[in-house]
Amino acid sequence: MTKDDVKQIVLDIIAEIAPDEDLSDVKPEVRLRDQLDLDSMDFLDIVMELRKQHGIEVPEDDYPQLASLDSCGEYLLPKFEAKASA
Amino acid sequence: MTGELNGAHYDCIVIGAGMSGMAAAIRLAMFERRVLVVERHNAAGGLNSFYSFDGRKYDVGLHAMTNYAPPGAKGLPLIKILRQLRLSRDDLDLAEQMGSRIAIPGYSLSFTNDFAVLESEIERAFPSQIDGFRRLVEHLKAFNETALDIQEQSAVAVLSEYLSDPILVNMLMIPVCYYGSARENDLDFSQFVILFKALFLEGFARPYEGVRVIIRALMNRYRELGGERKMKCGVREIITENGHASRVILDDGSEVTADKVISSIGYAETLRLCSDQPGDAGRDNTGALSFVETITVLKQQPSDLGWKDTIVFFNDSETFDYRRPKNLVDDRSGVICFPNNYRYSDGRRLEEGFLRITALANYDRWATLEDTEYQSAKQEWYERLQRRALDFLPPPRVRQKEHTTPPMVAHKAQARFVLTEQTAAQDMFTPLTITKFTGHLGGAVYGAPNKVKSGRTHLDNLYLCGTDQGFLGITGAMLSGISMANLHVLGAGS
Repeated sequence: MTKDDVKQIVLDIIAEIAPDEDLSDVKPEVRLRDQLDLDSMDFLDIVMELRKQHGIEVPEDDYPQLASLDSCGEYLLPKFEAKASA
Repeated sequence: MTGELNGAHYDCIVIGAGMSGMAAAIRLAMFERRVLVVERHNAAGGLNSFYSFDGRKYDVGLHAMTNYAPPGAKGLPLIKILRQLRLSRDDLDLAEQMGSRIAIPGYSLSFTNDFAVLESEIERAFPSQIDGFRRLVEHLKAFNETALDIQEQSAVAVLSEYLSDPILVNMLMIPVCYYGSARENDLDFSQFVILFKALFLEGFARPYEGVRVIIRALMNRYRELGGERKMKCGVREIITENGHASRVILDDGSEVTADKVISSIGYAETLRLCSDQPGDAGRDNTGALSFVETITVLKQQPSDLGWKDTIVFFNDSETFDYRRPKNLVDDRSGVICFPNNYRYSDGRRLEEGFLRITALANYDRWATLEDTEYQSAKQEWYERLQRRALDFLPPPRVRQKEHTTPPMVAHKAQARFVLTEQTAAQDMFTPLTITKFTGHLGGAVYGAPNKVKSGRTHLDNLYLCGTDQGFLGITGAMLSGISMANLHVLGAGS
């Protein structure tokens, strides 16, 4: 698993929860909120889907770590790796 | 204890299968919570439901779904609901309104889903007020009405800071009060903002088949997610222990347990289920406002009779009295709705014409009538409301003979005759009907005057959603269910 795989997982989740958003040109370094119409309800759903689909827990204090695709990759990759080796 | 669910345990029980309860239940089922929805009535929908009578299907509640958002709109409540419930726009089949009006003698303000229309109407009818109105709209747009901790303010007082003409203030209050105020002659400013945005900045739409389309979409979604529901079975009692809802007794005697309970049935109505509360709990916060509504099935499309409005909010004078009437009904003001007058796609038209008229009513007065008095009062007020509505509609166009064109315009005196002749069927509901089918005390459609925005109750695992939590309208109700499920059950720390 790579950071790019993790970013794709997050993008797939966003596509599921916000099918009305155009995700063809999401810049990985830019905050998701600044380029997509996502609010706190949508971020809660990203967290909920990570738990439901992949068994990944994101505590509330860490929500800011999901700000951009890059930061998602950075923050989530160790969690996915820990999960895989468990 | 013999009920079929006896001994079952759930992550959450949702009381009431109205719009808010269903939305909450969908959210919970989506994230694999074990949920049970219980509904006392045999149909879902709550205050916005439908019924069959004499082979016809009638909607109750829904004149219009407010909060219309066009495809691609950003951040609006309708878009949030679709996302949160993973519904598609097509599921709701929404058609936009043709155009509506606020009418009082001497003044008329038209509006559509294009806000510029209302703005130009105000500029035309109240030229001295347009600058104040524009500043008011800026203030409304910047206002965060969904914050759970805002200080209450009188809407009339805030409006009067921006608008010096009380006639315009009153005209703006008519639709806002009728579409959601649980308070007499005023409402909390944040509620005004929710409604103003829902009605004027967003707008009206309706599914071709009416409210049942929305209910069906919610029920299908919940079913797909494997959610459990029990119809024709309400909650008899919530057994409390040390400030905690420990067991829930259903109408059929089943005793079930749940980590959390979300109730959509109203503030006082919920308290009165709790074993630690007196039978009149919440009596200082029960709604006084109820309504009657007449439904007239027309032999023609309303537009063929010259009635092209979607909705008309009317009042017979420059002052507006929005409170529980002394009489059975107050016919001085009300709402006229033609469900035909929406832009249904592919040129679809409703098979029959419909005219609905809503007015304020007094629950207690209706409740004291004997059966025969009740029936004759219904007939009397049906006729009075028809007459009143005709005062605010253009005279109907009638064809003298089959081949004569163009159609003649009826005199005012003829209008009643034309309407009677065009009537294929009629029905009417009263405050008692509302209580019978929704359980809302006093037929209070908009619930308690003081909303419980946090959704919290005196029990640490019992929450409110729906009308008494404070988001209004069908869209608001769904948003309330979603928010309360997110905050109290799904959110971090829950």
